[in-house]
Amino acid sequence: MKHVWNVDNYRQLWQGGAYHSIAFRTIGIAAAVTAADAILAFPLGYFMARIAGGRSRAFVFVAVLLPLWSSYLIRVYIWRLILDHNGVLNWSLRKVGLPAANIGYTNWAVWLIFTYIWLPFMILPVYGALERVPDSFLEASRDLGAGGWITFRRVLLPLALPGVIAGSIFTFSLTLGDYITPLLAGGASSQFIGNVVYDNINNQLTPFAAAFAAVPLAVMGVYLLIARRLGAFEAL
Amino acid sequence: MESRATRIALTVWSGLVVLFLWIPLALIMLYAFNQSNVESWPITGFTTHWFHAAWSSEVRGALWLSVRVGLIATGIALVLGSMAAFGVARFRFFGREAVSFLLVLPIALPGIVTGIALNSAFVTGKVALSTWTIVIGHATFCVVVVYNNVLARLRRSSPSLIEASQDLGADGWQTFRFVIWPVLSTALVAGGLLAFALSFDEVIVTTFTAGAQNTLPLLILGYIRLGQQLPVVNVIAFAMIVLTSIPVLLAQRLVRDTGVRVGTATAQAQQA
Repeated sequence: MKHVWNVDNYRQLWQGGAYHSIAFRTIGIAAAVTAADAILAFPLGYFMARIAGGRSRAFVFVAVLLPLWSSYLIRVYIWRLILDHNGVLNWSLRKVGLPAANIGYTNWAVWLIFTYIWLPFMILPVYGALERVPDSFLEASRDLGAGGWITFRRVLLPLALPGVIAGSIFTFSLTLGDYITPLLAGGASSQFIGNVVYDNINNQLTPFAAAFAAVPLAVMGVYLLIARRLGAFEAL
Repeated sequence: MESRATRIALTVWSGLVVLFLWIPLALIMLYAFNQSNVESWPITGFTTHWFHAAWSSEVRGALWLSVRVGLIATGIALVLGSMAAFGVARFRFFGREAVSFLLVLPIALPGIVTGIALNSAFVTGKVALSTWTIVIGHATFCVVVVYNNVLARLRRSSPSLIEASQDLGADGWQTFRFVIWPVLSTALVAGGLLAFALSFDEVIVTTFTAGAQNTLPLLILGYIRLGQQLPVVNVIAFAMIVLTSIPVLLAQRLVRDTGVRVGTATAQAQQA
């Protein structure tokens, strides 16, 4: 290999329309995964921090931690079986008289599986942030005449936001850098940045792979700067 | 504080999320007993035959490599991670901020970036890919986990403990044995368990640093991609879910007061 310093790899990236759509798909699905995880995790975090008693909190805590520890590949593989044409999902839908979903090997499957796999990473910091909100703040809000919704919007959410952002660093960046789930559970149009990088490395095209890998790196850099502004680092 | 309806809604939601997390795991444990080698639902018959089939030399070889890599990487991480944590926690020196930043930086790096960085470093340095390159790859994120755990523990323990021990006439070894070690031991065990578990499960960095050898995750990846030996994959899944619950419950007991930190440390390290 001859070593010449130039920006050809970046130019190729910039001009290739296919690479744009792959980059947008990767970033878009990462954002959708983050949003879905936040919506699933927030009420659960609230339940753990403020409603559950000691025993049920400990139970939920372990119930969240254990899936985090079981093998990543195995969890992708389970969903392949579930979403398969002859899998549990279609069978259950048929049982209740609904049409088959057939979302196996599509971008929907990739989104759903990432949401499943990274969910505990969102739950833990959100729970931590909600637990640190003092009861007296919520009582004060109520005493000052705020209803449940206003208290949530104006008091609880701003105080818990650093936890959500901290969780989003994980869900977003883990999705951004992954290529195994799209490889195993995605379809022909589910390629992620990581898949292109991996294929190029295998074809000895390391410089181009490195140029494309710089995209998630730059995106994460910007994301971390914003997250630090919003005070997420203290909630890690 | 919340209205009754809100409480009920939140409880139901939480129950559903926990079910979402657990139904797939329960399903795969059923599939391990699937009589057919076609993985469709519903399962028509049950057998324990595949448990025997899964103990093949290929699987044993991969398992043994994974265990070896995990133990060596964890060992390296325990030494380097705790030394770095001591340095950063106890001393002020030029570049201290930079060191602590560089140690934690891998949490922001997508796995694929770490992977190609290591791969091109090995290729450029003409290092042949082997067990040792896998170990080096894993050590990069194992060090972070141990470092984070030990640093958190050191920050919460007062340095005056060590001063008091010295004032009372203990020498360096006695101070270490009777003051520092009791404070640190659970953090080291928890960090070590985390590091090992992460190494044992790592796929992305490993695909770039392993040569022709297969760790257990690489073997499973190959089976799934080719659609071969799926009953064996089911059994491995069953065994892994059962086995991983042991260290989780153990770590949970050791760091009961800092559970959230365990979770985030895992998250950080998975990104490395």
